[in-house]
Amino acid sequence: MIVVLRHPRREIHVDGTRRVHALLAELELSREAHLVIRNGTLVPGDALLEADDTIEIRPVVSGG
Amino acid sequence: MKCRSCRGPAVIDLPRHNANFCTEHFFELCRRQVMKAIDDHEMFRADDRILVAVSGGKDSLAVWDLLVELGYQADGYYIALGIGEYSDESRAITEHFASERGLSLRVESLRDDHGFDVPTAAKVTGRVPCSACGLSKRHLFDRAAREGGYDVVVTGHNLDDEAAVLFGNALRWDVEYLARQTPVLEAGDGFPKKAKPLVRLSERETAAWCILRGIDYVIEECPMAAGNRHLQYKELLNALEERSPGSKAAFYAGFLDRMIPLLVDGRRRDDLHRCFRCDSPTGGESDVCAFCRLVERTKGHDAVPVELLLKKKARTRASRRGD
Repeated sequence: MIVVLRHPRREIHVDGTRRVHALLAELELSREAHLVIRNGTLVPGDALLEADDTIEIRPVVSGG
Repeated sequence: MKCRSCRGPAVIDLPRHNANFCTEHFFELCRRQVMKAIDDHEMFRADDRILVAVSGGKDSLAVWDLLVELGYQADGYYIALGIGEYSDESRAITEHFASERGLSLRVESLRDDHGFDVPTAAKVTGRVPCSACGLSKRHLFDRAAREGGYDVVVTGHNLDDEAAVLFGNALRWDVEYLARQTPVLEAGDGFPKKAKPLVRLSERETAAWCILRGIDYVIEECPMAAGNRHLQYKELLNALEERSPGSKAAFYAGFLDRMIPLLVDGRRRDDLHRCFRCDSPTGGESDVCAFCRLVERTKGHDAVPVELLLKKKARTRASRRGD
């Protein structure tokens, strides 16, 4: 799957399928500080991400 | 995961509520939390005129959207801070949001209207950019509310913002700041009333609100804020929240319930007078307010490109790491 990361914007490739929570853990990203969008749709932590999905991991923390 | 309310497919899991929600019931939760904050803290009445301080980020657009949806009369006010492409993008997004919905938006530019911008102010004063940014925003929000006859200024501060500020104030035991950290500051001494209707929503929730509502917002972080102390506090609190969901809300709610009543009675009132130049209320011994002094100090100074400050910041960080 293609995974789009932010700060700065970049793409990485991840092989196989993953649960949302597993992907965040693998990338060492806080569940509390990110939302995951699969093919343009927000998905919860147990959603299964398929190999042909495009995933955006959206950070939500702002420095205000 | 299934929605707690309707058992349909969930789009978001909220560990602090020990629940998952579909889009419709997540919206309902957000509206309910905002209405509760408004009612509990008597933020404003149905017919009050509200000025929303908008930055183009998720929180300010979410609060503007929520207030309009709930039927309030809310106009936007945006300050162009002159932080390179970041400011250009945030202005375009804010103007698009307002025009798409037919909402009233006033735009003020630090550079065009006051002769300086945040990077230049930071260079001239030798202080961090967030200092000039915060000072300018507070001053201009207050002034815009007075000039426009608004009953209240609303900001998009969320639960995470408030918990992080509380954490920082408590680390320093800054009693003066702690006593002022309420979801509402009443009008007085020439200052308008200020309210934070998002204090019961986390920033994960305000971001989800925007995504699900199709609101385009500035995703990239302000380049000036990267790595600041506020973000460090948020990181620590999020680590705690992951291990113990609900910690941030309990920390902040406990402060409001049990500490604020002890602190507000001792709240010190500054000796205020009117700024000689702009007539805004101001404390201290100077005849002019801090904003007018900043305008004076930066007058005639060449504009400092944001990239220059970012390079300096990167060099400072590298030398701290011993690179």
